[in-house]
Amino acid sequence: MASTTASAFEYAPAPESRSVVDIAPSYGLFIDGEFTEAAEGKVFKTVSPSTEEVLSEIAQAGEADVDRAVRAARKAFGKWSALPGSERAKYLFRIARIIQERSRELAVLETLDNGKPIKETRDADLPLVAAHFFYYAGWADKLDHAGFGASPRPLGVAGQVIPWNFPLLMLAWKIAPALATGNTVVLKPAETTPLSALFFADVCRQAGLPKGVVNILPGYGDAGAALVAHPDVNKVAFTGSTAVGKAIARQVAGSHKKVTLELGGKGANIVFDDAPIDQAVEGIVSGIFFNQGQVCCAGSRLLVQESIQDELLESLKRRLATLRLGDPLDKNTDIGAINSAEQLSRITSLVEQGEAEGAERWSPACELPTSGYWFAPTLFTNVTQAHTVARDEIFGPVLSVLSFRTPEEAVAKANNTPYGLSAGIWTEKGSRILAVASKLRAGVIWSNTFNKFDPTSPFGGYKESGFGREGGRHGLEAYLDVR
Amino acid sequence: MSDKTDKTDQQQRLSVFKTYKLYVGGKFPRSESGRVYEVTDAKGKWLANAPQSSRKDARDAVVAARKAFGGWSGATAYNRGQILYRVAEMLEGRKGQFVHEVAEAEGLSKSKAADQVEATIDRWVWYAGWTDKIAQVVGGGNPVAGPYFNLSSPEPTGVVAVLAPQESSFLGLVSVLAPVITTGNTAIVIASERSPLPALSLGEVLATSDVPGGVVNVLSGRTAEIAAPLASHQDVNAIDLAGADDVLAKELEIAAADNLKRVLRPQPVDDWSAAPGTDRMTAFLETKTVWHPTGSLGASGSSY
Repeated sequence: MASTTASAFEYAPAPESRSVVDIAPSYGLFIDGEFTEAAEGKVFKTVSPSTEEVLSEIAQAGEADVDRAVRAARKAFGKWSALPGSERAKYLFRIARIIQERSRELAVLETLDNGKPIKETRDADLPLVAAHFFYYAGWADKLDHAGFGASPRPLGVAGQVIPWNFPLLMLAWKIAPALATGNTVVLKPAETTPLSALFFADVCRQAGLPKGVVNILPGYGDAGAALVAHPDVNKVAFTGSTAVGKAIARQVAGSHKKVTLELGGKGANIVFDDAPIDQAVEGIVSGIFFNQGQVCCAGSRLLVQESIQDELLESLKRRLATLRLGDPLDKNTDIGAINSAEQLSRITSLVEQGEAEGAERWSPACELPTSGYWFAPTLFTNVTQAHTVARDEIFGPVLSVLSFRTPEEAVAKANNTPYGLSAGIWTEKGSRILAVASKLRAGVIWSNTFNKFDPTSPFGGYKESGFGREGGRHGLEAYLDVR
Repeated sequence: MSDKTDKTDQQQRLSVFKTYKLYVGGKFPRSESGRVYEVTDAKGKWLANAPQSSRKDARDAVVAARKAFGGWSGATAYNRGQILYRVAEMLEGRKGQFVHEVAEAEGLSKSKAADQVEATIDRWVWYAGWTDKIAQVVGGGNPVAGPYFNLSSPEPTGVVAVLAPQESSFLGLVSVLAPVITTGNTAIVIASERSPLPALSLGEVLATSDVPGGVVNVLSGRTAEIAAPLASHQDVNAIDLAGADDVLAKELEIAAADNLKRVLRPQPVDDWSAAPGTDRMTAFLETKTVWHPTGSLGASGSSY
């Protein structure tokens, strides 16, 4: 990579300033509009994945805290749901605007806590977060027009559990539609990335949001499980692994809780022989190396038509050699840190398994920083559908390359997975895009592009990638009583 | 302006009057005709001289609106939403001024006028939220009986002439103007003839709200005089007759038929503060349907 080989493209360091964000040494749980200690007094540390520096000490929610937060949300529900939609809208517009105003601060914070490049938090995460609140703000007083009947009612208290890969964006995807439709929420951020959710609590305070409408409970899986199991929660929304999603589906069985699950994926990026190669290479790179591949809709399987395989791989490798891995706060960094030691060891072990099963591993020359959690961009060739690296979601910067000869074969291979979240199609032929798209069992299909997100566009999976949609008009249904 | 004087300590300070001007193409011209007319409050007391627009002013406004159409209709819906929300933010900051103007124009108490102005601000917010939703409500895919992808999407009609309601000088005005520009049209709005001042002041708000010049053009004067050249103008695509009486409305509708303008006839409105539906937006939308073959997966990948 650029850091090891001198080239005409050497870059001087261009770090974004940390001084725009002020992280307190400790944070409490945010319940009923107040920061408070956990009932059991437990705390945990959140670290910067790129340096292992401790950023802050966070109160760790337990079962008693979950109960307290759910009661606060229940108490707030009556008034909040009775507000005219136009008034709820204005609260959400305020939140959207405050996020826009504080977006640089929040981008730096997110990069520190998550490890992803500032380029991504600044240009993707934060603009999308603000846009999501802005979009759902506009729905709050237009629910009669959304196609769910006249005056559709909210569900009540929503228990929401989100992952660490897009901490604030996943919060926005959960909280914006929930509040717009008149629900109140208890949200548990991931244990490795609690900070942006706690800063969001402060955004709610600045916006004058009534107490108890949003409650934030940092903690581990046990707190998430307690939230899902709480008898006074009406709605469960979860984004995370398929294994946990299945556990939640079992847990809520027999209850009246409405559930939406946004789970794992093993997206196929299908490149036909008439595709514009350079454009496809950029799409493949963004498909699997955006956010270090820690993306549920990542294009982690490259399906390339056999006749162009050599040419495409050569271009792809050349492109990977120019990616810049390192300090996530550097504005030129393309690849940041893996979010946690645990995730790094999972990626490492799956990649070792790939090698052991006979797939061919390749990475560009790449010097990894000595502290923090890092993994070089990795390609596997000679991969068959039976290989673990072609079947399991790795959730890291690892691309498995498979080939196909006919479109039917491409479709069969793309669909040969229990997942069904995303897919990409690269071809100059419009009719082929639509023919292939109609055969793919996946919730989001990108044609001649990849990893595009917009608040107006529904997102979610087929099969074991979960059910329900987030975003767009469809995303309202998850938080409305439409029986 | 009624409060011509403000008390400071013991001596009275003479207030500064505002020269009310048109708002065309992002600028504030006087009428090219050099004419003004007297605007009075509900009790007949003189408030200001407003520009009395001519046919030429109307035609200039059409040129400005047409010029702005490409950029405004081509902006993303999200961007238009942000800008319209900004209008609400700016209005909130100048609420006092509008309460004052609406109270004088319509002979309302200060609190009644404040209700009108607050409802007007909320109306901007309501329409700001529609920019990126209207297509999801009135557009969609059509399951045609054949191997075709078929998608219908709304698009703005173009340049829309709007005759603002005569009675409700501000809430009524915004209730007919905002839906036109929300979907990407550009507008020429003729202010209430008797009470044009809030509309002319709105131009000042729009000019500081990131709304590109020419998207909204505000003319004051004799409604019938200004509306006639707009209704017959070949580069105007639609006309909202809210502020026309029955006789004028029929005349204008006949003139509008010349190039088949979309015409929204005046409808009785008892209460402008009632929640609007989507009809004022859909009145000025076209529906475009795009077909594309979906092909099939043959041995070679596609049947064509």
